Amino acid sequence: MIAIDIGAVLWRRESERRGRMGTTRREVLKTGGGVTLMALLAATGWLVPGRGHAQTWSKAAFDAKSVDEAEKALGGGPVTPSKDIAFVSTPDIAENGAVVPVGIASALPKTESIAILIEKNPTLLAAVFDLPPGTDSAISTRVKMAQTSNVYALVKADGKYYVASKEIKVTIGGCGG
Amino acid sequence: MADPMKIRATVAGDSTEVKVLMSHEMETGQRKDSKGNVVPAWFIQTVTATWNGKPVLSAQWGTAIAKNPFLAFKFKGGAKGDKIQVTWVDNKGDKRTDETVIA
Repeated sequence: MIAIDIGAVLWRRESERRGRMGTTRREVLKTGGGVTLMALLAATGWLVPGRGHAQTWSKAAFDAKSVDEAEKALGGGPVTPSKDIAFVSTPDIAENGAVVPVGIASALPKTESIAILIEKNPTLLAAVFDLPPGTDSAISTRVKMAQTSNVYALVKADGKYYVASKEIKVTIGGCGG
Repeated sequence: MADPMKIRATVAGDSTEVKVLMSHEMETGQRKDSKGNVVPAWFIQTVTATWNGKPVLSAQWGTAIAKNPFLAFKFKGGAKGDKIQVTWVDNKGDKRTDETVIA
């Protein structure tokens, strides 16, 4: 698949750059700085898997970094902001980035999957949940956050993608450091 | 072998809420030890949950899930005594399955 190839290329490029500069956390994070929402979604638009794919862990998906190029390469993809996606029991300010509770509830009919993306984490994609019919379109878990960042809930419903975002402020980072 | 998961499943009205607490380091691969060596990534990659053998949730996780992961979800149906089974597989191929009955 073309999209996967692009992901692999970008991943390599990212690795090379990190190799040259030496990997400090700051630099890794800095590369995540100026990413637009669409770039984020482009980076992950192809990767939210359909039902039944969850058994195979999608490396390309989780390797997707802060890829400005991906926006151009993939054209963004049709992702609609939605007010039917809510963050539940998710804090505005997380005192400890190592444990940030995140709950996402989708009121969209035929919600098929919910993905959590954290913009400024070294790994953009945190998790993808596939929800078979009969399972409520709401999940909650706990994630790590490297720093204050927008968190996106990407929901696939009836074959289309919708997104909502929330900024969570982190006072202590969650990535070692 | 990893420690067992704590799974709690309770019926409320016409749906069942499942809460899972797993025991896993969830190393990101970003951290360095005291000698400056990178601690290799070690994290749960896939999670599946079944109700009486029927899948009710499947998930793929990255390194951003917190240590000792917590997961909660609900599904329609379920009765006391039904079996809930949760399985995870990590990136080293380690695997753990635990089950509980709905209370």
